[in-house]
Amino acid sequence: MKKEDIPQDESGLKNFTREVTYAKDKDGKYSKGLSTGWEVKTAALQEAWKDINATVDQAYQLYLNGEKSPVYYYMEKCLMDLPTLSGYTGFFGFTIKRHMKPSVFQRLSNKKLQKYADAFNVTLNDLIAPKNDH
Amino acid sequence: MIIKDFEHIQTAHCENGVTSSLLSYHGLKEISEPLAFGIGAGLFYIQIPLLKVNGGPAISFRTMPGNIFKQTVKSLGIDVVRKKFNDHKAAQRFLDQQIEKGNPVGAQVGVYQLPYFPVEYRFHFNAHNIIIFGKEGDQYLVSDPVMETTTSLSAAELEKVRFAKGPLAPKGQIYFPENVREIDQDTLKKAIKRGIKRNVRDMLMIPGNVAGVRGIHYTAKKVRKWRDKLGERKGGLYLGQIVRMQEEIGTGGGGFRFIYAAFLQEAAQIFGNEELARIAEDFSTAGDMWRDSAVNMAQVYRGRNTSQAQFNLCADQMDAIAVLEKKAFEQLKKTQKHLG
Repeated sequence: MKKEDIPQDESGLKNFTREVTYAKDKDGKYSKGLSTGWEVKTAALQEAWKDINATVDQAYQLYLNGEKSPVYYYMEKCLMDLPTLSGYTGFFGFTIKRHMKPSVFQRLSNKKLQKYADAFNVTLNDLIAPKNDH
Repeated sequence: MIIKDFEHIQTAHCENGVTSSLLSYHGLKEISEPLAFGIGAGLFYIQIPLLKVNGGPAISFRTMPGNIFKQTVKSLGIDVVRKKFNDHKAAQRFLDQQIEKGNPVGAQVGVYQLPYFPVEYRFHFNAHNIIIFGKEGDQYLVSDPVMETTTSLSAAELEKVRFAKGPLAPKGQIYFPENVREIDQDTLKKAIKRGIKRNVRDMLMIPGNVAGVRGIHYTAKKVRKWRDKLGERKGGLYLGQIVRMQEEIGTGGGGFRFIYAAFLQEAAQIFGNEELARIAEDFSTAGDMWRDSAVNMAQVYRGRNTSQAQFNLCADQMDAIAVLEKKAFEQLKKTQKHLG
């Protein structure tokens, strides 16, 4: 890639930073250049987020329908998977899966609920009655 | 307390950046980012079968996190101190002691709760690397190699990212080079040679069909099936995942191939070897081809052209890249033997 071809498109990095890209100068020598972003990859990231948001909405609907507990909704919302949530709470994966059942979730002690609240960075009240506000 | 002589260097990739900045602070200014990347044998390709990352294929264009730093310092004969912690307080105490001593340190952190990153970029990726080079009141001074300028984190913020959980959890890891001596030309040459040799091995000689240049063919074969198997939308998102792994912040563009070209150019100069400079051109071309294929993949995930022909075109391009990279690494293997 040539220096003058380094893309300077608007991206999520605006107001945060520009990123280093390696490109050739006119003598054919590679060195660092700065880019504000490239629309091709910005689109990839945006599409990925559309997909995430749709999954979160779906998870919220499952919570409203009484099919899943807030643990499931927040796990999706916080972009976590079972190993990650397991790391934050100390619960085993299969325990967390159980806690995703509304009937089991309702009987959890405050101590266990607090672990989830800490992992998701929300208050106990928000954990028990989540609002979909992404 | 600020470590005065520490100089923030912005780089494409965090691990190269930490390596190059810390070595530079200890007097080894000649270790640029491309040299650190090449000596650390950073270039790679792998698609891990069955594993999913963020709901898409698990693909990487670079070696395992931590390997670049490890290999580079080892090849240059530099000692490294590494410490992980269970106790958060002990982790902070150790860090404070190092800063008091005037020693800038590398720290492994999670990205998800890193406040100075744009929200769109905050995923649960736990192998990010930063340098901490001072403390003022409650604020730690941070040199994040991918950022244009230095930033800072409060003690509480830093604790959160140092103790992020999940896969590759950093466990508060701190690391820094120790007893750094000057490096003579001979050691540097040996290290470069070793880095090239290692990278040749990683790209050509790992058994199986998922790693190295064969891994690129492996993904290409999958790409041809994605439309039928997953549908246009999901297939497109999978292609988007390839593009992100290949081009996102930290790669220097073209799936790290441009950085590798820069490395070979520097190596050519150090050895006075024309052949290395010529092979650098192949990697430059490979990087351009990766970017061309990204443009075609974008057609799919943007919904502009979701035909099977378009999926095939992307796969054809990947196959062509694999052929070129195989040729380039085979030549590198030959050339490397005669470097002296």
